[in-house]
Amino acid sequence: MLLRLLWRTVILGLSVLLASIAVFAFMSVLPGDPAVVALGVNASPQALADLRTEFGTDRSAVAQYVDWSAGLVHGDFGVSYVTRAAIGPQLADRLQVTLWLVVVSMLLAVAVAVPAGIVAAVRHRRLDGAVVTGVSQLGVAVPSFVAGILLVDVFAVRLGWFPSGGWVPPAQDPAAFVGHLVLPVLSLGLVQAAVLTRYVRSAVLDVLREDYVRTARAKGLSPTRALLRHGLRNAAIPVITVLGLQIATLLISAVVVERVFVIPGLGSLLLDGVANRDLLLVQGVVMVLVLAVLLVNYVVDVLHVVVDPRLRRAT
Amino acid sequence: MSASAALTRRTRSRRGWDPAALVGAVLVSIVVVAALVSFVWTPYDPTLVGAGPRLAGPDTSHLLGTDRLGRDVFSQLLVGARTTVFVGVVAVGIAAAVGVPLGMVAGMGPRWLGQSVLRFNDVLLAFPALLLAVMFGAVYGASTLTAMIAIGIATVPSFARLTWSGTRQVLTTDYAMAARLAGRGPLSIALRHVLPNVSGLLLVQASVGFAIAVLAEAGLSYLGFGTAPPTPSWGRMLQEAAEVASVAPLLSVWPAAAIAVAVLGFNLLGDGLRDRFDPRLERRS
Repeated sequence: MLLRLLWRTVILGLSVLLASIAVFAFMSVLPGDPAVVALGVNASPQALADLRTEFGTDRSAVAQYVDWSAGLVHGDFGVSYVTRAAIGPQLADRLQVTLWLVVVSMLLAVAVAVPAGIVAAVRHRRLDGAVVTGVSQLGVAVPSFVAGILLVDVFAVRLGWFPSGGWVPPAQDPAAFVGHLVLPVLSLGLVQAAVLTRYVRSAVLDVLREDYVRTARAKGLSPTRALLRHGLRNAAIPVITVLGLQIATLLISAVVVERVFVIPGLGSLLLDGVANRDLLLVQGVVMVLVLAVLLVNYVVDVLHVVVDPRLRRAT
Repeated sequence: MSASAALTRRTRSRRGWDPAALVGAVLVSIVVVAALVSFVWTPYDPTLVGAGPRLAGPDTSHLLGTDRLGRDVFSQLLVGARTTVFVGVVAVGIAAAVGVPLGMVAGMGPRWLGQSVLRFNDVLLAFPALLLAVMFGAVYGASTLTAMIAIGIATVPSFARLTWSGTRQVLTTDYAMAARLAGRGPLSIALRHVLPNVSGLLLVQASVGFAIAVLAEAGLSYLGFGTAPPTPSWGRMLQEAAEVASVAPLLSVWPAAAIAVAVLGFNLLGDGLRDRFDPRLERRS
């Protein structure tokens, strides 16, 4: 087990390295000189040269990469070419906002999908099970941002129950924080719940057909108890994988949903960076998102080993 | 109950199409037909400003009403279907053209090669379509082309992994062994034995990939990273509709419904194809 974890950690390290090289290489193929962008075409050659030295763009690409990636290790993402502000603190601020969205949405998705998926599986030949399956199928087809737009239409514009957008930090005003969180979390969470419901359903269906569940039933356990005692742990294994993928999806969906609700998260920072041609900032946000996805995959792998004792013996 | 349920499910999948798959096929056809029709006929020029009064509701002259510039919504929706299908076809095409050979080489080549391709795949998986497209947009300027390429590249890993596992399975069969003993080269085995056997699964993946492409394209054009105006796209129709949501709430419903129809169609079709082609479903349970 230890060996397996060690191996996975090495893979994670290599993946992060490869991803950081890819992101850096991609963003530096860009035509145009950041110094010229910052000072304009009429700047004096001396000023340009000074700024290039300040930015460090007069050095070789390899030196720049080494510098940038060494900074990443202790959270230093460099200084924006456009605003001249340090990028790391901005990323940390924005990441907090996005994490609120992602984590609460994920909790909502699990809270809805696990019971719904079990109902859909246990009663899959009855009307209520079929209805759950149908609704989840429909939910999968609606992108989060579209759900967001429609929710704003109904609950913000027409009914006025919730604000149509914006963000209040939890420390500042907890009630307003929750109010602003409701619609974005619903649009992210319900769509993911639909996706997750389908996986929970098929995982539970698979487990229900297993011999050990039949044996448990034959011993006299009620269907519910048989499922709870013997089924769920087994059904959890494929579901955990999907959960990991979904956190990654949520991070990315949040980029668009943040735009819908004007939320100052990582996604807005990314899009602002692109709009202002603040490439080092874009590079930083992309790297954080990619890093998050890789980390989530790693955690999922580790969790597999924890949930499934059979994997501990392997390797 | 569970055993009999398993049995019915199995016999049904052998006998014919699942009704859900048929619904999927119908929905997909609607989108494709809308796209094809838009080439020869639309009620109005979709980019014609002032084809009717601004923000008119649905009536006989404008089936789904008009937008804030007085453009006909139904015509935009039809041409938007064209954009969607086009992006889907090209993106899935790129993904298959790169992913399938990659998966085959990984599956048939030496172990280290297979493992490196899979690791490379995992890294690529960390770059979702939307993120790649935004990066491409930042560097090369956003357009339909950058969106398609980004979505295509982001879908490569799923094709590669599927082809890899399919290839490995086929190679363990007796007929593949026989072909090798008969002196057939790897290319011949790949084309004559591997490809026909994984094509069903690839078809499933293509259908699912199409759904993903539709979602990604909608998100991108909503953000302004997809198809540039004035070419209509569902995502941008949504973005424009959201700006006038307080006066014309219906306006965002049409493109939203169109996206849902397309994604639902490709998902259901993919599920139906999977019931037919996925050998794992038969072996399990």
